[in-house]
Amino acid sequence: MRIFLAKRVFTLVLTLLVATLVVFVVLEILPGDPAAVMLGINAEADTLNALREELGLNRPVLIRYIDWVSDLFTGDLGISYTYDVPVSELILSRITVSFPLALLAITLSTLIAIPLGIIAASNHNKPMDFLVMSFSQIGIAIPNFWFAMLLTILFSVTLRILPAGGFAGWDAGIGPVLKSLLLPTIALALPQSAILARVTRSALLEVLKEDFIRTARAKGVNNQGTLWKHALRNALIPVVTIMGLQFSFLLAGTIIIENVFYLPGIGRLIFQAISQRDLIVVKNLVILLAGAVIMINFVVDVLYAVIDPRLRGDKDV
Amino acid sequence: MSRMRMKTIVTLIVLTLGITINASSVMAGKSSLNLGMVLEPPHLDPTAGAAAAIDEVVYANIFEGLTRIDKTGAVKPALASSWTVSEDKKTYTFTLRKGVKFHDGASFEAGDVVFSLDRARAKDSVNAQKALFKPIESVTSKDPNTVVVTLSQPTGSFLFNMGWGDAVIVDEKSAGKNKSHPVGTGPFKFSKWVKGDRIVMARNEGYWGTAAKLKTATIKIIPDPAAAVSAMMAGDIDAFANFPAPESLSQFKSDPRFKVVIGSTEGETILSTNNERGPFKKLKVRQAIAHALDRKAIIDGAMFGYGTPIGTHFAPHHPAYVDLISTHPYDLDKAKKLLAEAGYPDGFKGVIKLPPPPYARRGGEIVASQLRKIGIELEIIPVEWAQWLDQVFKKRDYDLTIVSHTEPMDIGIYARKDYYFAYDSPEFQGLMQKLAATVKTDARYKILGDAQRLISKNCVNGFMFQLAKHGVWNKKVQGLWENSPVQANDLTQVYWAD
Repeated sequence: MRIFLAKRVFTLVLTLLVATLVVFVVLEILPGDPAAVMLGINAEADTLNALREELGLNRPVLIRYIDWVSDLFTGDLGISYTYDVPVSELILSRITVSFPLALLAITLSTLIAIPLGIIAASNHNKPMDFLVMSFSQIGIAIPNFWFAMLLTILFSVTLRILPAGGFAGWDAGIGPVLKSLLLPTIALALPQSAILARVTRSALLEVLKEDFIRTARAKGVNNQGTLWKHALRNALIPVVTIMGLQFSFLLAGTIIIENVFYLPGIGRLIFQAISQRDLIVVKNLVILLAGAVIMINFVVDVLYAVIDPRLRGDKDV
Repeated sequence: MSRMRMKTIVTLIVLTLGITINASSVMAGKSSLNLGMVLEPPHLDPTAGAAAAIDEVVYANIFEGLTRIDKTGAVKPALASSWTVSEDKKTYTFTLRKGVKFHDGASFEAGDVVFSLDRARAKDSVNAQKALFKPIESVTSKDPNTVVVTLSQPTGSFLFNMGWGDAVIVDEKSAGKNKSHPVGTGPFKFSKWVKGDRIVMARNEGYWGTAAKLKTATIKIIPDPAAAVSAMMAGDIDAFANFPAPESLSQFKSDPRFKVVIGSTEGETILSTNNERGPFKKLKVRQAIAHALDRKAIIDGAMFGYGTPIGTHFAPHHPAYVDLISTHPYDLDKAKKLLAEAGYPDGFKGVIKLPPPPYARRGGEIVASQLRKIGIELEIIPVEWAQWLDQVFKKRDYDLTIVSHTEPMDIGIYARKDYYFAYDSPEFQGLMQKLAATVKTDARYKILGDAQRLISKNCVNGFMFQLAKHGVWNKKVQGLWENSPVQANDLTQVYWAD
C-alpha cells in the first residue's frame, strides 16, 4: 500500500506542475490587456501604463511565472486586479458556497441513486426495474438548468416558500444557508442521480452473473443476502469512478446552476474573472480546480484499493 | 382521478400556501430596498475604473462631488454650495458646505478637494476619465471652505464634468481603501459587500443634507436574465432600474404588482465605422450604409421595440438635440445607386465585430442582413469585451462594429483623430475648440447643433438608436430615476408608498 501511495503522490505533483505551466502559457497567449478592460474606452495611454505598472504587468514573463508558482506554495496568491482584495480571500469566500453545494448534491444524488439502482437490479426485468429506468431516462434527458427553472417557478414564484436565488451567507446561520442551497442542490442532484442509478444497476447486474454469486446461492444464501454481502461491494468500483467524475463536475461545472440561482460560487467567479480579464484570479482558480480534480482522482484511486485489495499491487494480499 | 380534478386540487393547494406566505411577507418593514443589478462592480472606487456598475452603486449614494447631476441631467450644487466664475471664465471659486463629515468621521474641508482633483490629474493617476481634469491648471484652497480652481482655457462643460462619478471628493486617509471599503460623504454608508451576491448600504445618520428615506439599501447582483425574471416574480427583488431582458417586459406590464418605466439613457448605439479602411474611406459608401439601415426594424428586432431612433451622435432628450433622422431615410434604391457611384456596383465583402451585449449581437445580425440587400456581405465575428477593446478599440482592426456610447455628452470623441472611428475632420475639431471656449448656453447649443449636423453629413458612423432604460419596479416603490442622464442609481429619495 505504501509504494502504491508514493507512486500516486508523485504523479499528483507532476500533473499539478504541468497544469501550472499550461494555465500560465494559455493566459499569456490570450488577447486582452487587463488594464484596458478596467479603464475602458476613454482612458489615456499614460493612465494605462500607470495601471499596468501598479499591477506588475510590465515585468518579464519568466519572472512572473516563477513568482506565481512559488506564491502558490506559500498560499499568498496576490491581489485581484479588479476586486482589489487578496485572491485567496476571494476564492475562499466562493468555496464556502460551491463546496457545500457540491457536497450536498453528491450526497443527495448518492442517497437517491444507490437504493434505486439496487431496487432496479434486484427486480431485473420486472415492472419496478422498468419504472426506475424510466425515471433515470428522464433524469438524463432533462438539462439541469431547465429543471432548475421549473423548481424556481414552483417553489419561489408560485409558492413563494424558497428564495429564487442568492446566498444568505454563513453569518446568517445554517437555516438560511440550507434554504438558499436547497433548490440548487435538488437541481444538480436529480440529473446526477439518474446517471448514477443506471451505473449502479448495470454494475450490479454484471456482478450478479459471476460464478461466485452462483456459488453463494448454491451454498444457501438467499437473494437479498448475496446482493448485500457479495454483489454490492464488487459492484462499487464503477460506481465510485462515476461519483468521482461527478464530484469534479459539480465543483467546476456549476457555472450554469450558479447563474440560474445567482449564487456567488466558484463557477460564476471564474466566468466573471475571465470576462473582466482578472487574470490573476483566473489562473489561480483554474489551478485550484485542476488540483481539486486531480485530488479527487487520487482519492478515487485510493478508494479502489480499499474496495478491491488486488488493485494495491502489494504481494502480501 | 380525472386530470381536471387533479389540476384543481393542485391549484388549490398552491393557492392556499401562496396566500399564507404572501400575507407574512407583506407585513415586513418597508424601510429597505432590494435593487437588482446585472453586472457586479469590479470595485467601488469611481475614481479608478470605467465600469458603469461602480457609479451605479456609489454615485450620489456614497460619494459626492463638488456638483452633482440630477435626474434631468442638470448640474446642481453638492459639496460646493455655490460658486462664482471669473470674467475670463478661467477661474472658478467654490464655496464649500460647512459641517460635512466623511463616513469615518473625518471632516470635509478644502484640502480634500485639492487632494481629490490633484490625484485625478496626477501623472500616475488611474482615473478612467482623466480628460475631464485636463483643463485644470491649478487647485488651491483659500481657506477651509473655499477652493479656487484655475483652468488653462475656458471650459464650458467644467461644472458638468465636476458632477461625474470620476470627480467625486475623497479623503486622503481613506482613499487607498475605497475600492473595497468606500468612504464618502453621501447619504448612505457602505456596510458590507458579499462578493458576487450583494452590496449593502445603510443610511448615514449624520448626513449634511436631506436624509435618505430608506434605512438600508441592498444591491443584489443577478447576471442571468431568466433568474432576474424569477427574482422579481418571487419578490426577492423590489426594483430593477434597468431590466436585462426587454423580452420579458410585457409579462411585468400585465402584472398589477409591478410598474414598467421606459426611460432614456445616454447610450447612443451606433454602427461604428472604420473611416480609414478600404471602401469605408469613401463618403458615398458610408452614405449608402446610412440609407440601407432600417432603424425601426433594428429597434423592433434587437430591442423588442424599445429605443429611440437617432440620426446623429446625441441624446434625443437633450435640449440641444437636432433631429437628423430624415437626412438619410431608409431608401435601398438610393443606397444601391450611391454604392455604384462609389465604384462598387456589385457590393463588397467586410467584417463586423460584435461585442457581447444583446443590442450588439442581435443588432449585428439584423444590420448584416440589411446591408446584404445592397450587396455588402458582412462576416459576423462575435468578440468578448477584452478582445473588442484590444482589436477594435486599440488596434482599429475592424470594418464595422456596434457599440453603445454611454458617456453623457460625448460628441467630443469625434474630435479625437486617433479615436477608433479614425475620423479626422479639422472642421469638427474646430467646432469643439470653439465649444470649449464658449460658456453661454445658447451659443453652446448652436455649436452642438452644427457638430451634430456635420457628423451626420459626413456619415461618420451608422447612427441607429438611443438605448432605452427599462425599469421594472414594485408599484409601491417611489423616487427611482426614470432616465439615466448619468450612470447612477440615485437612491437618496426612494421610499415605499403605503
